[in-house]
Amino acid sequence: MITVFWITLLFIAIAVGLSLYRAVAGPGVFNRVAAVNIIGTKTIALLVVMGYYFERPYFFDIALLYAMINFIGTLVFARYLERGELWS
Amino acid sequence: MRLKDKGSGILLTFIIMAVFWILLSGLFDTFHLISGLVCCALVAILSHDLLVKGKSEKGILKSLRLLIYIPWELWQIVLANVDVAYRVLHPRMPIDPRIIEFETELRGEFSLVTLANSITLTPGTITISVEPEKGKFRVHAIAKEPADALLVDQTMQRKIAHVFMETGV
Amino acid sequence: MVVIHVIVTALLGAGIFFTLVGSIGLLRFPDFYTRLHATGKCDTLGGGLLILGTMVYHLFQYPETLLVPAKLAFLIFFIFIANPTATHALMKSAYKTGVEPWHLGEKRR
Repeated sequence: MITVFWITLLFIAIAVGLSLYRAVAGPGVFNRVAAVNIIGTKTIALLVVMGYYFERPYFFDIALLYAMINFIGTLVFARYLERGELWS
Repeated sequence: MRLKDKGSGILLTFIIMAVFWILLSGLFDTFHLISGLVCCALVAILSHDLLVKGKSEKGILKSLRLLIYIPWELWQIVLANVDVAYRVLHPRMPIDPRIIEFETELRGEFSLVTLANSITLTPGTITISVEPEKGKFRVHAIAKEPADALLVDQTMQRKIAHVFMETGV
Repeated sequence: MVVIHVIVTALLGAGIFFTLVGSIGLLRFPDFYTRLHATGKCDTLGGGLLILGTMVYHLFQYPETLLVPAKLAFLIFFIFIANPTATHALMKSAYKTGVEPWHLGEKRR
């Protein structure tokens, strides 16, 4: 079963690498923000699978916290790009 | 607000906070439980009106109907992902994007939010903007068939109107 | 025990497939709005299936602790609510700022 987790981690890392191209070369700022949001979601799944691969149960709390940080970060970015300022 | 309305809000907030405390800590000895419940009570008394707004009639029936609506929603999510996978992996990439607008009769805040989330999770459409006063939705569709399923059939609007017991199409 | 291993491998494999399809869609689609279609739908389900697979593995490998599957179930619920909301917020701000949508027959951008 450990080999299955290792292969899963490898494929998630490949998917993160593919999204990194769009984060670097996307024309404009919106493509880059969308790519970073997607890398954040993949990181959450990566942390949960890593918690089972290394057999440490503390990774799940980190995954929960990072999910909230990623969500709030994307919302703040969208609001700033729409209005030009965060609060007036 | 009267005390009876405030009481149910405080109780609901307290129960939600206590469930999260027990879920995230996992320690069940006396000291941690008592201090956790005291903190939850303080938070519930000080800021219960941020989580539970007002009083809605027939809340229990609406929650049960929402629980029945969720499996249909999960099936639509699976269909949506199979559809997007087909469009991505096809060598010719059959997409034909367009922006459409339509109006509904739903006016409640929670039902508009549920409809916007459901439109984002069903095959081929994403909500762009919602106007709460007139119920006007602006939607980006990726091809002609999902746009027609939303404009012409109107299955989803009827289901959500049935869940939240509003007259509306 | 072999049945559980097959179920967990199938769930993890489906999760990997949808995650990769989401990333390939991010590279292949010609416009910002269509790229959000690919990522906002596929990545949500892919992450959810991966976490569901590890949850099933936990329930049959360590059956005495039930607190961890409850935490993972809340994580799945949070992902299913948060990702579409973030997608909608990004799309609304792009529309208000004036990003032009792509029609059939134009150049890639």
